[in-house]
Parts: sequence; structure tokens; C-alpha cells
Amino acid sequence: MSLDANDIKAIAKLARLKIDEADVPGYATNLSNILDLVEHMNSVDTEGVVPMSHPLDVAQRLREDIVTETNQRDELQKNAPAVQDGLYLVPRVIE
Amino acid sequence: MSHYHEKSLTELSRLLHAGDISSVELTDAYLSRIKQHDAVLNSFITVVGDQAMQQAAEADKVLRSGGAGPLTGVPIAHKDIFCTQGIKTSCGSKMLDSFISPYDATVVSRFKQTGAIVLGKTNMDEFAMGSSNETSYYGPVKNPWDIGTVPGGSSGGSAAAVAARLTPAATGTDTGGSIRQPAALCGITGLKPTYGLVSRYGMIAFASSLDQGGPMAQSAEDCALLLSTMAGFDEKDSTSIETSIPDYSIGLENPIEGLRIGLPKEYFDEGLDDNVRQVIQSALDRYRELGAELVDIALPNSGLSVPVYYVVAPAECSANLSRFDGVRYGYRCDEPRDLFDLYTRSRGEGFGAEVKRRIMVGTYALSAGYYDAYYLKAQQLRHLISDDFKRAFEQVDVIMGPASPEPAFKLGEKAEDPISMYLSDIYTIAVNLAGVPGMSVPVGFADNKPVGLQIIGNYFDESRLLNVAHKYQQSTDWHRQIPEDFN
Repeated sequence: MSLDANDIKAIAKLARLKIDEADVPGYATNLSNILDLVEHMNSVDTEGVVPMSHPLDVAQRLREDIVTETNQRDELQKNAPAVQDGLYLVPRVIE
Repeated sequence: MSHYHEKSLTELSRLLHAGDISSVELTDAYLSRIKQHDAVLNSFITVVGDQAMQQAAEADKVLRSGGAGPLTGVPIAHKDIFCTQGIKTSCGSKMLDSFISPYDATVVSRFKQTGAIVLGKTNMDEFAMGSSNETSYYGPVKNPWDIGTVPGGSSGGSAAAVAARLTPAATGTDTGGSIRQPAALCGITGLKPTYGLVSRYGMIAFASSLDQGGPMAQSAEDCALLLSTMAGFDEKDSTSIETSIPDYSIGLENPIEGLRIGLPKEYFDEGLDDNVRQVIQSALDRYRELGAELVDIALPNSGLSVPVYYVVAPAECSANLSRFDGVRYGYRCDEPRDLFDLYTRSRGEGFGAEVKRRIMVGTYALSAGYYDAYYLKAQQLRHLISDDFKRAFEQVDVIMGPASPEPAFKLGEKAEDPISMYLSDIYTIAVNLAGVPGMSVPVGFADNKPVGLQIIGNYFDESRLLNVAHKYQQSTDWHRQIPEDFN
């Protein structure tokens, strides 16, 4: 599997990662090598094998939909890069 | 100069309870050791000296008045992947360089409740992605046995700190070998429990179906004490298992005559360093002398574990790390032009190269049209890998082999070649894919560097793993050896 510069740019865009132009060829080489490693999976026929969803085959635990957490907005927003009046600030979205 | 650092966690606990030492004395001694030695090792990202001394004073009161548990007053360190309220929790990343956790991970609060003292937070590969500790934003950790070599990773700071006796014990996490491989390379004892045994709440997620926290210490006896505190059902973790937790210290002395040890031929293939092979062989001989029976077994699909892992782990990491958006917490780029620019530059500047590689591999594997070929295929193979273990445990009680194909490698040696780095986890990854528990125990030296024996058990068989490791450690002293420059 070989990825070229355009593939890397497309994947980086999907992943919301800015990649410097100079680093694109390096990522293309590394990711292609990783996908080559992954290709070894195809050496085994898995027709009819059930995909593993949990090591212990347990069902997802459910709980009542009730409020368990108290409001800690101010505490949590101390880690935010930009807030105002309890709201998170981002660049203008609508011109 | 005190010699507390030569004692194990278990011995320190006894001394504290006997009133022979105080927690304040002990904590102060370890903080001094960190000050003295960590400039070289770089095993801590954050040291919380004042807070530790306050906790120690509190612990001394409890120790004097009764009601103290085995870990009351004992200093430990947490891998910087565990959220600690009021203390920086960086996960080894620039992304979280300024993150002060607003809450404690369940593992952290469990230790707090027992009165254990937190010395600080240990260095690690960025977001636990790495096998050498070189991907940390805070710089590489050095291996105390040879500071020109890596300590392994991702829990390399915890492993190096325990090996150099800068802390009696530390927490670690293991997604593909991140407790066992550094434990092996640093000559300490580390245990990755059964998936779901230790709560993942507040443990910053890398690959949620593989991540598991566990103890790292000098000996199996110490790990048993730590695991008894760490393990247990937690309703805050949706994959936590509702099972009763034994006192892991109780079965340590059980006889191991007649123990059936499986040796998978795939773990002794040509990829294994010859010197490591010899050391592992002598450890197996010792087990035979202790009355165990060695049985040849096969784990035929284990050769696929690295390829499967490099689909499952990146896929889950790309989903987990999408939460870092530069809006709610974490790094934000300067002067974003618009929302897209804010996301892409915050993430592009905040994450290091290895993290970006894995996010991109995962994004690709999960993108439209590729799901069946990658993620679904990998999850099918994961079933086959886990069936290998199930079959093996019908024949044997435990499985043994090397934890790492080679001893500690040189700093920088594999840093530019992701594939060769990934192959350092070739013997540990299958354990995570299957969800079974595994340990690494120091069993000697190759080229003056520690070698770890991996012991793999059936689901929830941690008591037996610890028992099997403890019996070996009672008849050997590899786990008591301290690197010369740090004694």
C-alpha cells in the first residue's frame, strides 16, 4: 500500500491536523510502511469469524438516566483557552 | 544518608506500622533522592514536594492513632496519564502542558483513600504512544542501568524511577506492552491486569479496548499490595468488570510444584536476541528446579498481533484524540483565522509526530470504504488471537517467554523508524488484544542490561501470576539489584 502526498493531505484534513508541507513526504513514507505491515493481516482467511467486540464477551452495562454529577462549569472552564460569561470562545463562524 | 531506598514497598510498610520510621522521614528521603538523581534521568514531569510532605504528616497521625492500611504513608508516583486533581496532568504532551485536572482518576482516589503519598507524576511517551519514552514532549527518560539507553515505554518514567529507587512504586498503563516492556528494560516487576479489572476512569484514553492500568514496583509481593488497592469495580468506567477482588497478597506463598508452564514456540523465534534467550532459559530452568513442568505450546496467530494492533490502536486513538479541539481544554494555536484553522493548527502544533502518525493511520483505516478491510478484519483476527490463548490455557496454567526481544536499546536508535520501534512490543501486544493479564519479572542481565521474563495468565488469574513470580523472587535476588550509580 503506497500513499502519496495528496493522500496524506486528504487524511490530515479529515483528521483536522495541520501538517507542514516539508513533513508531508516523511509522513507518506511512514504511513505507507505502516500499511504494508498491516497488510500481513490478509495472509489469514477470516471468512465467517465473528469480530471481537470485547475481550470478555460481556454486554454493555446500562444505568438509569439520572443526574449524577453536580454543575462544575467554573472549575472545568479553568482549563479552557478562552471563555467569556461561562461560554467557550471560538473564532467567528458566521460573517 | 538513609538507606530506605534499598527497602521494598512491603518492607517500608512494615517499618511504618512498627513505628520504626515516619512517613515524613520517608517521604523527605525520597524527595531528596529525586532532587539528587532526576536531573540525569528525567523520570518525573512534576514533583509535588510540599503537598507530599503535608500528606505524609497526615499519614503519620493515622499511623499513630490506628486504622492505617498497608499503604498508609508509603510514597508512590503516578504515571502522568492519570488525572490528579489540582496537579498538572500532561500525558507527556504539549497539548496538555497547561492542563490542571479538575478531578482524580479512580486509581488516584483509591490510593488517596489508603493514605499513600504522591511524590509526583512520571514521564511517559506522548499519550502513551511509544516504546522508548522518546516521544515525550518533556524529553526522553534515561535508563538508570545505562543512561545512554532508553528505559522502554510508554511507562518509561515510572520504570526508571522505580529502578533507580526514586520511588518505591509507581502506577503505569499498558496498551500494547507499556508496563511490561519498560519493566523488563529497567529490571523491575510490572503487571498488566485483565482488561476491566482496574478502572480506566480518569486515565487519559489512548485505545479504549486495550488500555489497562497496573502496578510497577520492585517485586511481585509489592505489586500484590498495590493491585489490591487499584483493582475493583467502578461504575464510572463502562467497561469495568463486576467481580470480587481477592487480597492478592494471600496466595503469594502457595507451592508451585506441578505448575504447568507453556512455552509458545512463536516467542522463541529468530527475532529473539541470543543473550536474552539464554537468560530466559536459565529462568525457566529455575522454575523447573522449583517443581514446575515446561510444556511446548503454540500461539499460531500471534505473528499477526503487531499488524492487528496497528489497526485497532490507531483507529481507537484517532477517535479518542478527536476531543482535543483547542476549545474546551488543552493547547490552542495563536490567532486562529477561522474554526478550521483553530482545529488544525491547535492539533498540528499540540501533538508530536508519532501521535499525528497514529491519528492519521486510524483516520485512514476508519474512513469511508476502508472499514471492512482494516478495522473489521483486525477485530476478526483479534478473535483468533484470543482463541489461541483460550486453547493454551486448557493445557497449561501460565505461559512464559521474553517480555522484550532485546535489552534496552540506545537512545535515538529507533526514533526515526516507527516499524522497528513497533516490533519491540512483538511479545507483549497479543496479551492486550486478548485482554488476559501479563507480568514482567527481572530474571538476569544480558550485556549488563536487565532482562524481563513475561508471565501470562488466564483471565482474572492475577493471584496465580503474582504467586508464580513471588516464588521465583524468593529464590533469586535479581529484583533486589540497584543500578550502581543510583545506590
